[in-house]
Amino acid sequence: MIEVAGLVKAFGFLPVLRGLDLHVARGSFLALLGPNGSGKTTLMRILAGLSKPTAGRVTIGGWNLPQEADAVRAQLGVVAHLPLLYDELTAAENLRFYAKLYSLTPGEREARIAAALERVGLAGRANDLVRTFSRGMQQRLAIARAILHQPHVLLFDEPYTGLDQEAAAMLDALLGDIARDGHTIVMTSHDLGRALGLSSHVAILSRGRVGYHGCSREIAPESFAALYADVTGAASTR
Amino acid sequence: MSDSIRSTPVPAAAQPRRKTGFWQATLALTAKDLRAELRGRELINAMLLYAVLAVLIFSFALELDREARETSIAGVFWVTVIFAGMLGLNRSLAAEKDRGNLDALLLAPIDRGALFFGKMLSNLVYMLIVAGLLIVLVTILFNISLLVPWLLAVILLGTVGFAAVGTLLSSMTVHTRARETMLPILLLPVTLPIILTSVKASTAILNGVAQADWIAWPQMLLVADVILLALSYILFEFVVEE
Repeated sequence: MIEVAGLVKAFGFLPVLRGLDLHVARGSFLALLGPNGSGKTTLMRILAGLSKPTAGRVTIGGWNLPQEADAVRAQLGVVAHLPLLYDELTAAENLRFYAKLYSLTPGEREARIAAALERVGLAGRANDLVRTFSRGMQQRLAIARAILHQPHVLLFDEPYTGLDQEAAAMLDALLGDIARDGHTIVMTSHDLGRALGLSSHVAILSRGRVGYHGCSREIAPESFAALYADVTGAASTR
Repeated sequence: MSDSIRSTPVPAAAQPRRKTGFWQATLALTAKDLRAELRGRELINAMLLYAVLAVLIFSFALELDREARETSIAGVFWVTVIFAGMLGLNRSLAAEKDRGNLDALLLAPIDRGALFFGKMLSNLVYMLIVAGLLIVLVTILFNISLLVPWLLAVILLGTVGFAAVGTLLSSMTVHTRARETMLPILLLPVTLPIILTSVKASTAILNGVAQADWIAWPQMLLVADVILLALSYILFEFVVEE
């Protein structure tokens, strides 16, 4: 589903990604880990079509980035650490706006909005302004926005930032539920335990390259921190 | 999650999806901006308050006789509209950027031109609301009616050109740290021909000059608007894309 080969991204003379290779199979859930500055967010922005590679090949669902970015964008749902919502609109109005941008017909729009809100547990708050929502509720609404157009690929860029324990647990359940639908998911995180528990595959970035890529089930949770430290050269992990 | 909650399984294979229609995206953006502004009134209140204060200061500072008022009122009007407009332009895209929503808009499969026209139209509406209020205020404070059909046409043409260039340049300055100061520095020199043409045409119309002597000004404004809209539309994609 996602193929990345020899990806290089440099900002001026500063290389961030240095020949990164990555394969994400259809329907898999990849947790992308790595210390700050390892290139996770840069890679996510390139996959989302928000940033152009300096060199290398990126394809999503068979479409090339950045040449076929519009086709890729229609297949993507993105959830970032910011909810990307409008505070002065209600939950339903936010989703209705994005439904129009993703060219959902008026007929399917309302049904999808109702289903998405129900799915993230916000059906009862559909007509409330987003500014009255807690951080956790905003993040759940952001997920409803991301799945509204039934994308094939979902990108989650540190979605747990700023969430308390309860909200994070709800997000865990929601992510697991969404993963079972068959979406291809890539999620960046600093939480090793959570990432390992949720994902089907793990990739650890280090200095702009994939230092480790494996199946989550094959990794013993108790040795994962040591593996991570070994790959990244980190003295300690969160 | 509860079993009763409906899942939305994705299709087995990625299928090409159609790009959202240009005007559908444009109107959705404008409607969203206006709806949010109607609730929050973050921009329009600041613009209107600035406009009222500026015109009041002008009216007290310039204690003019009728003849002097007729020659200077167009300048007062346009200076107020332009500076109030810059307040709105500065915040319009900055609000999207600060909340990360600019990325969300860029993630949507829409033409970048639709994004430009959507933001430009909402900025234009804000400026026209300010202009509408100013028409009433100036009529009351300076005892000169601005409800002249040709003058209204010039106001529309002038604000369209200003909003077009302003939307483009604010999308550039929104990425800079000193965006509040950068926008006027960039915008005023570029829009100087539009401002001067609008002031010249407005002054001539208010002074009752024969139409043959000023009709070239609105015609020039119309041509400038077409050129600026086309250029802004073309350049916007390069400005917002990395």
